[in-house]
Amino acid sequence: MSKVSMVLNGKTVSADVEDRTLLVSFIRDVRGLTGTHVGCDTSQCGACVVHVNGKAVKSCTMLAAQADGADVVTLEGIGTADNLHPVQAAFREHHGLQCGFCTPGMIMTAVDMINRHGAGNLDEATIRHELEGNICRCTGYHNIVKAIKAASDQMAGMAQAAE
Amino acid sequence: MYETTYHKAGSVSEAASLMANADDGKFLGGGQTLLPTMKQRLAAPSDLVDVTKIADMKGISANGDGVTIGAATTHFEVSTSDLVKQKLPGLASLAGGIGDPAVRHMGTIGGSIANNDPAADYPAALVALGATVVTSKRELAAEDFFTGMFETALDEDEIVVAVKFPGAAASAYAKYPNPASRYAMAGVFVAKGSDGSVKVAVTGAGQNGVFRMSDMETALAGNFSPDAVAGIAPDANDLLSDIHGSAAYRANLVTVMAKRAVQKA
Repeated sequence: MSKVSMVLNGKTVSADVEDRTLLVSFIRDVRGLTGTHVGCDTSQCGACVVHVNGKAVKSCTMLAAQADGADVVTLEGIGTADNLHPVQAAFREHHGLQCGFCTPGMIMTAVDMINRHGAGNLDEATIRHELEGNICRCTGYHNIVKAIKAASDQMAGMAQAAE
Repeated sequence: MYETTYHKAGSVSEAASLMANADDGKFLGGGQTLLPTMKQRLAAPSDLVDVTKIADMKGISANGDGVTIGAATTHFEVSTSDLVKQKLPGLASLAGGIGDPAVRHMGTIGGSIANNDPAADYPAALVALGATVVTSKRELAAEDFFTGMFETALDEDEIVVAVKFPGAAASAYAKYPNPASRYAMAGVFVAKGSDGSVKVAVTGAGQNGVFRMSDMETALAGNFSPDAVAGIAPDANDLLSDIHGSAAYRANLVTVMAKRAVQKA
């Protein structure tokens, strides 16, 4: 057992956990935040993507101990039901989901993608390439790609309006 | 995953002594191969020694015409480094094509080469560019470091600290990823030295991991064009054959990837 501490969605949290505890287990089972999903559990599907120190990672492929001292953001940390993040709003608007199981990972990957490329700088080919690590078995990806493009463009407009 | 004990090493010497005291320990880089393997219970190290928090093992610096990359540097950092993009564009592009964005944010160059997966991308770059692997004990030429499938010259308690890449006049990498796993079924790195000499290294296809294509090197030294390698293929008897592709198919892929790499260089 080791004591693991991190900033989770802006709040400092700590717990004594077995060393083999995965970050996703820490988030879901220890902290009770079930927005982050476990899809394949073999590091392929991306349903468990969260941000660690500002970068998208698969939380099923990282030990909680590796995230000790890190700043971790999950789906619950980017928006609320009353105040959706622009990417969440775009997924609803463009119907970027069917069963919704992959959606938390898709959204966290999309936010990371927009952060790295800059809002408004994403084209369809880039979005599809960047989604390499996220698998959706329902949608055929078309509406997910549309939603990410729309969110990226909308966020660029918001940034411009703020200037 | 079986129980394990996690240690965070603060220095290379601390990592070595933690490993020496472990019953059956493993060094942990980004963990993008080791953790999935442990989850499937195909590996069960008693101890994990995390070397990614060691300051001396991080970062990218200029080294004459080339670059030195700390072993704990992530694929994302290599692929987005202005220094790497300027000096060795083939290496930056290779790093940007490993796995997916989330894997690139965690996976490290040291972890990848120490594992020496026969389908990993980095070994081709190290061999073709004539890189030197700096460990906690010595310096090894890349060709002496990679000794076979999942095998390296590393001792049990020896840590990869950095990789030194010399400069190159041109470099490029082309791979054919497996449509499902995205691992290379054949990946070819072509490097043209500042003296005009050419090295070609192949990953993903060989039964013993990365190997050089000397016939292609000779042909390209005389005529650096895709046509020069169009008629050259490795002996299929030395190649992997599995449900994803026969040895003959992989031999042809090596030729096609070599042409594409030369075109890009």
